[in-house]
Amino acid sequence: MSGHSSWPEWVYIGVVVALLCYVGAEAWNIERIVEHVPADAEIIKVTGQQWLWTFEHEDGTKEIGELHLEKGKAYKFEITSKDVIHSFNIHDYVVLLDAVPGRVNTVWFSPTEAGEYDIQCREYCGLIHYNMRGTLIVEDKGA
Amino acid sequence: MVLELHKPRPIWQIMFSTHHTDVGLLYLITSLAFMFMGGALALILRLELFAPGTQVIADSMTYNRIFTVHGTTLIFLFILPSASAFGNYLVPIMVRYKDMAYPKLNAIAFWMIPPAGALIWLGFADFTWYAYPTYSVISAPGPAADMWIFGLKILGVSSILGSINFIVTIMKCKHPDLPLSKMPLLAWAYLTSSLITVVAVPTFAAALLMLLTDRLGASGFFNPLMGGDPIAYQHLFWFTFHPEVYILVIPAIGFMYEIFPRFSRKPIFSHGSGVTAFVLLALVGFASWAHHMYATGMSFTEKTVFMVGTLAAVPASAMHTFNFLATMWGGRIKFATPIMWAVGGIALFFSAGAGGVVNSAMPLDFITHDSYWVVGHFHLFVMGTILFGTVGFVYYMFPYITGRMYNEMWGKVHFILSFVGTVMVFFTQHILGLFGMPRRIYDYPPIPEWVQMNIIISIGAFIIGISMAIFLANLIYSSAKGKPADMDDPFGLGGKYYYPYQAKNPHH
Ligand code: HEM
Ligand SMILES: [Cu+2]
Ligand SMILES: [Cu+2]
Repeated sequence: MSGHSSWPEWVYIGVVVALLCYVGAEAWNIERIVEHVPADAEIIKVTGQQWLWTFEHEDGTKEIGELHLEKGKAYKFEITSKDVIHSFNIHDYVVLLDAVPGRVNTVWFSPTEAGEYDIQCREYCGLIHYNMRGTLIVEDKGA
Repeated sequence: MVLELHKPRPIWQIMFSTHHTDVGLLYLITSLAFMFMGGALALILRLELFAPGTQVIADSMTYNRIFTVHGTTLIFLFILPSASAFGNYLVPIMVRYKDMAYPKLNAIAFWMIPPAGALIWLGFADFTWYAYPTYSVISAPGPAADMWIFGLKILGVSSILGSINFIVTIMKCKHPDLPLSKMPLLAWAYLTSSLITVVAVPTFAAALLMLLTDRLGASGFFNPLMGGDPIAYQHLFWFTFHPEVYILVIPAIGFMYEIFPRFSRKPIFSHGSGVTAFVLLALVGFASWAHHMYATGMSFTEKTVFMVGTLAAVPASAMHTFNFLATMWGGRIKFATPIMWAVGGIALFFSAGAGGVVNSAMPLDFITHDSYWVVGHFHLFVMGTILFGTVGFVYYMFPYITGRMYNEMWGKVHFILSFVGTVMVFFTQHILGLFGMPRRIYDYPPIPEWVQMNIIISIGAFIIGISMAIFLANLIYSSAKGKPADMDDPFGLGGKYYYPYQAKNPHH
């Protein structure tokens, strides 16, 4: 247009594209690794409903609002919903997945520290969405 | 220019007019009114969140209704109409035609907005600005929800009609001496954003109808109990609304393409780069919609595809930023109010984009999704970039529209307070999201970090509130009593060279 040189713009675009490629490749690689579920993961069935969480262990025991797990073990959550879409979230362990009626979504994690962690709903689900909370209690059975 | 309201006219003459500047004025006044109304709702929300426990809102349902109407109002009743306002003023002038291609259609598109706004405000629905099923089908209380659906339906039709009008005005009514390649970048902004509208909005229009019949029990598109799939709605919704974010941002970028060269007293660095970036964004913008849905249980492959599609759209935005900075570089810049807003806007645009890249990277989105991070992210765009660009342009156009000058000092105070407030509110919200606070919650447990950050955010919001009160006062006072503007050079920049599109409208 106005006869200025355009190489600085090309260099700049090159840098931006290179950064984006790096972010994309890294994200792809990490996601690939974290999605790999260990074979010995214990299954926990998670059901969201307005406005509480129910958990069912492999042995059939059920808990409401509280979830007791053991430190160091791997767990695979099978998440669904009875009514509207919720989102199952343990923020401290970056566990986040929607509870969708008519579907079962799975995600796995392994608690590394004994203690209590917040469980919350991260998808708007109506009146008591703000208080659709629970507690994850990680126990150290080995100690 | 031909925009000023030469002599006072009775209001009904403007209301029943189909002339593009009159329709533009109607759009502008309506959109600013909704901006103040939607902003007021945000202040109520921030009062409530100032501390844990109930503050000013008695129950969560009211809170949920307020944030729903807040978001709906500011996106559909402020940003879209304010873009149409300036498009109406300037597109015909920029393509050197006497009016919009279809003046009556233009007035109709505007007059669909007040009834739609009334439906949304009188209904006061609670299902958030995206109305996901199954909540919206089986749980959201009517008639509010149904009124919202009808309101959005009307707004969708209105924006499709408006966009067709811009496209035809530009493609068919452009002066034969003016090649597309020489058309001002703001007109290019309207061309590209209108094309995106025409392609993107119909899916949402369809989804709204399906939602309505689902609510009536006549169908079960999104209801798993009737064999439907709620996730299908999310695809239809985001196929419209990811491109929609570009519909919203492109006009604001266009405003900055007017402001930067003018106040830098230098031609735009690269017209070609601006055009390329607009067109690129319009195309690539369609490849990213499901980045809003990583957490719905998509497969690894699907997530990867949409991550790549999202990242691919970033260079186009980066090109605009470069173009702005390179335009200012070495210019004799006059820091009047409009360019201050534009400079603030690109600073926030850049920060917002960086946060967007974080959201797009799949593993990181599981930290940020539906937390306050996302609220901070998109507000840096809708407020930090789009509102800043728009408000800067309101100041810029003020003398051309009213024939008077706004108060420069208060314009700058408005900017400084808004900028400080915006940084306080939306940067803090990013961090709050990293600490795990979900969005759309009426109350929260007294986790110390959450409490502290919410206080900072609420204070920032009130600083913005004060700045907007100053804005309102400045607008009202100056349009009645401001000192008459020098219509040839209201900002004292000297030299007509800096007003490239000002070639006289041949029909006036
Ligand atoms: C250009 C202007 C932009 C606007 C107006 C905008 C607006 C928005 C909005 C409104 C949302 C949230 C919707 C909601 O959940 O209510 C959002 C989320 C998102 N944005 Fe942007 N955005 C823009 C640019 C970008 C860019 C450049 C990127 C990526 C590089 C990006 C990536 C994302 C992602 C991944 C999400 C989903 C976050 C989540 O919900 O987990 N956005 N954006
Ligand atoms: Cu929930
Ligand atoms: Cu998006």
